[in-house]
Amino acid sequence: MEASKQDLVLQVEDLHKSFDGNAVLKGVDLGVPRGSLFTVLGPSGTGKSVFLKCLANVLQPDAGRISFDGTPLGSGDSVARADFRKRCSFLFQSNALFDSLSALENVALPLEQTTDLRDKEIRERSLEALRQLELETYRNQYPGQLSGGMQKRLALARAIVTQPELVMFDEPTAGLDPLRRNAVFEMIAKYQRQFSFTALIVTHDVTEALIASDRVALLNHGRICFEGTPAEFSSSSHPVVSDFRDSAEALTGSLASIRKTAASNS
Amino acid sequence: MLTRYCVALLFVPIIPEMLHALGHKTLGIIFGFGDFALFTARSFAAVVKPKRLGRRVIRAVYEQGTVCLPVILIVGMFTGLVLGLQGYHILQRFGSESLLGALVSLSLIREMAPVLASLMLVGQAGSALAAELGIQRNTEQIVALETMGVNSLGYLVSPRLLAALVVFPIQTALFVVIGLWGGALSGSLLLGVDSGIYWSSVEQAVEARDIRECFIKAASFGLLAVTICAYQGFHADRCSSATGARAVSAATTRAVVLSSIIILVADYVISSFFV
Repeated sequence: MEASKQDLVLQVEDLHKSFDGNAVLKGVDLGVPRGSLFTVLGPSGTGKSVFLKCLANVLQPDAGRISFDGTPLGSGDSVARADFRKRCSFLFQSNALFDSLSALENVALPLEQTTDLRDKEIRERSLEALRQLELETYRNQYPGQLSGGMQKRLALARAIVTQPELVMFDEPTAGLDPLRRNAVFEMIAKYQRQFSFTALIVTHDVTEALIASDRVALLNHGRICFEGTPAEFSSSSHPVVSDFRDSAEALTGSLASIRKTAASNS
Repeated sequence: MLTRYCVALLFVPIIPEMLHALGHKTLGIIFGFGDFALFTARSFAAVVKPKRLGRRVIRAVYEQGTVCLPVILIVGMFTGLVLGLQGYHILQRFGSESLLGALVSLSLIREMAPVLASLMLVGQAGSALAAELGIQRNTEQIVALETMGVNSLGYLVSPRLLAALVVFPIQTALFVVIGLWGGALSGSLLLGVDSGIYWSSVEQAVEARDIRECFIKAASFGLLAVTICAYQGFHADRCSSATGARAVSAATTRAVVLSSIIILVADYVISSFFV
């Protein structure tokens, strides 16, 4: 699936970001096709979250160009940025739910603060979002009273209640066991199709990402070193891709070698 | 001469370092003041932006007001009791016990009520505000607001500023009323000053400008305290010596200490205009 420029909902060109002289992003180029589930893979500490936060305007990039739906998001263009924020949502690794607000209040918050909808309509839309994510019965519970999976779904409900065109997920499966990782990717894929938004995920979970995504990219040392379909990723002979992809096999090999050495020593 | 020369030789190499450190500190302080001024200006400017501000102001008034009310009443009562007791014995030396009401009321209205009530509010509501914002910063709740397109200052700080303009004067007024009753209790009931003389003295002593000074102080202290506490909590992540829970704890401590000091400094400045 080679996306033409017109199909791209988000386009990033030559994005740079440094912290105290330490370059984290060194010229990232990426195009996210509209309606796709796009995953940016990469080892921990390679700048995936920084990249996503630059896109979400949480961090200001040092250089580069970000375009949303063909409109450049210049740092001084507050109108374009405001429009971008209205049409996008961001799901934090920590969920960033308001612990002093109930589940319903959390979901209603973006509607209350960014739209002119009436209270009744806000309540209906928020309840609908909770219903779709099977959280309606927990509407009066506080985030701290919900399980980790429910919190993730609540964060997603808050992200989709404004009906965004693009939802960015920052390490949605970090720290979860394999079963929960599968469940989170399944949830994202299910609702991405149901609500027809473009999903941009950054993660280091290769297996789940390759199964769920339409396209994947690999960020390494501040640059995108691979972009393509999961099938292309699986068959790529790019050394970084194969190292990352075959990390489990590499671990098996290393452990076998250690065991062999230990056995010969004894 | 030789000793002087040796001392100079010892100090010459560290002078540039000292100047560098001094300059660095000075720039840091100037940056801090500038940043605080910007934060305050943006918080006030954000009053016009957030939607459903009224609800959040009412909630903030409730949070600031109800939490502090018992403390204000207790401290106000005991301040009045002590003023009545001390005032009676001092005035008795000059045979002026009849002026007890004037002493208690003017002390309370012009100085003690605005200062003590504000310090109590800083200890209760101010510390809670700094800790809450610090935790919200730590758990990315403030960043989440910004990614939603919500003005975080308008949503989190502006309602508290407006609430302070209501809560601090009301709590101060309550402090005065309960303090006057405390003075009456110790002066009239326990020490025998005629109740009519006490209240008549209060009425004759208090002028409109005293009450004006009291409310101006209360509102000013409220704004200063809430802004300082909100600033410290909002920027808890900037703490260079600590992270996480320790940064929140440090921000809360800084908020309470700085607010208390600034209230006392502001008290002197405002008093000097009214005296």
